[in-house]
Amino acid sequence: MARSHVTTTVNGDEYEFLCDAEQTLLDVLRDELFLTGTKEGCATGDCGACSVMLDGRLVCACLVLGVEAAGKLIETIEGLAHGDELHPLQQKFLEHNGAQCGICTPGTLIAAKALLAVNPDPSETEIRYWLAGNLCRCTGYDKIIRAVMAAAEEMREGRS
Amino acid sequence: MDEMRYEAPETLDAAVALLAGADGDARILAGGTDVLVLLHSDMIEPGLLVDIKKIPELTSIAVEAGGFRVGAAVSAMELVEHDAFSKAWPGVIEGVKLIGSIQIMGRATMGGNLCNASPAADSVPALIAAGAIGTIVGPEGRRDVPVEDIATAPGETSLGKGEILVSFLFPPRPPHSGDAYRRFTPRTEMDIAVVGVGISLSLDDGGTCQAARVVLGAVAERALLVEAAAAALIGTPLDEAALERLAAAASAACRPIDDKRGTKEFRIKVAGVLARRAAQDALERARGN
Repeated sequence: MARSHVTTTVNGDEYEFLCDAEQTLLDVLRDELFLTGTKEGCATGDCGACSVMLDGRLVCACLVLGVEAAGKLIETIEGLAHGDELHPLQQKFLEHNGAQCGICTPGTLIAAKALLAVNPDPSETEIRYWLAGNLCRCTGYDKIIRAVMAAAEEMREGRS
Repeated sequence: MDEMRYEAPETLDAAVALLAGADGDARILAGGTDVLVLLHSDMIEPGLLVDIKKIPELTSIAVEAGGFRVGAAVSAMELVEHDAFSKAWPGVIEGVKLIGSIQIMGRATMGGNLCNASPAADSVPALIAAGAIGTIVGPEGRRDVPVEDIATAPGETSLGKGEILVSFLFPPRPPHSGDAYRRFTPRTEMDIAVVGVGISLSLDDGGTCQAARVVLGAVAERALLVEAAAAALIGTPLDEAALERLAAAASAACRPIDDKRGTKEFRIKVAGVLARRAAQDALERARGN
């Protein structure tokens, strides 16, 4: 059967691709569009490494089909920095050593950005619950939480 | 294996025709948080996948007959963000919020949670306790069934070939009504219920319980609507004696399995404890409105 022809928008740019019905959005991002910043961890929706925004909602790209991306707005880690200027979350992850092996980092950053969009001043508990779907086997989470809190503070100051 | 075909019809009629006319296994794709995992682990090999999210009836929330009609494919997050629904049914929302991570809630649906038919599904006990009616459309037309009659056993439902669960109708709330969902898990997040209890109740102006529905999850092959547990509350002010009878009736209704998450004995005991706590939560909410 013919592959589906899909047009979608990723980080503000329009992309076209062909995909099989079984292919996930994660497969498409990595293997068809070569946007390899989004990582595969478990591929079953448990680890959050492939977190992306789909029409403004935080989702696991492994649990979305590529064909479902037609006409949607997708945001991935590649869209976080502006040129050489890192997003405050990325900067604070560097400063607080929030990234170690790095596999969970893109998904965690996308999830953290989604949190700060709805809650610019989250408590530590709120951050921990929001990021419960992003597993990290290196940091013990504490550095990630500190980094998100620091970034949130900086972003609040930047707004005021 | 033959290649799988993907279809995303925009009407119910078209979706029913696709499913009813399929040779071999055809599956419905709503949030995909269960079906895509099964698909990619080769536990299912459907020839056809019908995405129902482009059908307006499946994805809308509307006020109807003084209550709410919620599309079966509305995402958990969208339901949680619906202020009026959340205010009317905080217990349903407590269950929906436990379906999974934020990522999973962005996709997972209440219809999928019910039709995946896990006995431990977190949104199901409160959904049944609410007295919601499921609207099902299929080749023979439309039928409305109480939600407790949809999931029948692990992975099994009463839906026939070509039938789609379209929406849930939540009844209007009388004054002094409240609902609640409590579950036990070893972890506070990202875990599967060892026991879950959903309770919905209404009080009269004097504080006496007029109506109650008590539902247990993860203690049988499907969620159990326990009339004896509700009877322990009705006609009482939910005093200590009534809560004691409720706990005993809830425990007595359990027929759980032993597994790595909990023993039979533990589940039976905890069902009673959680029933009591859920009743107290529901009571507090009922008194507040």
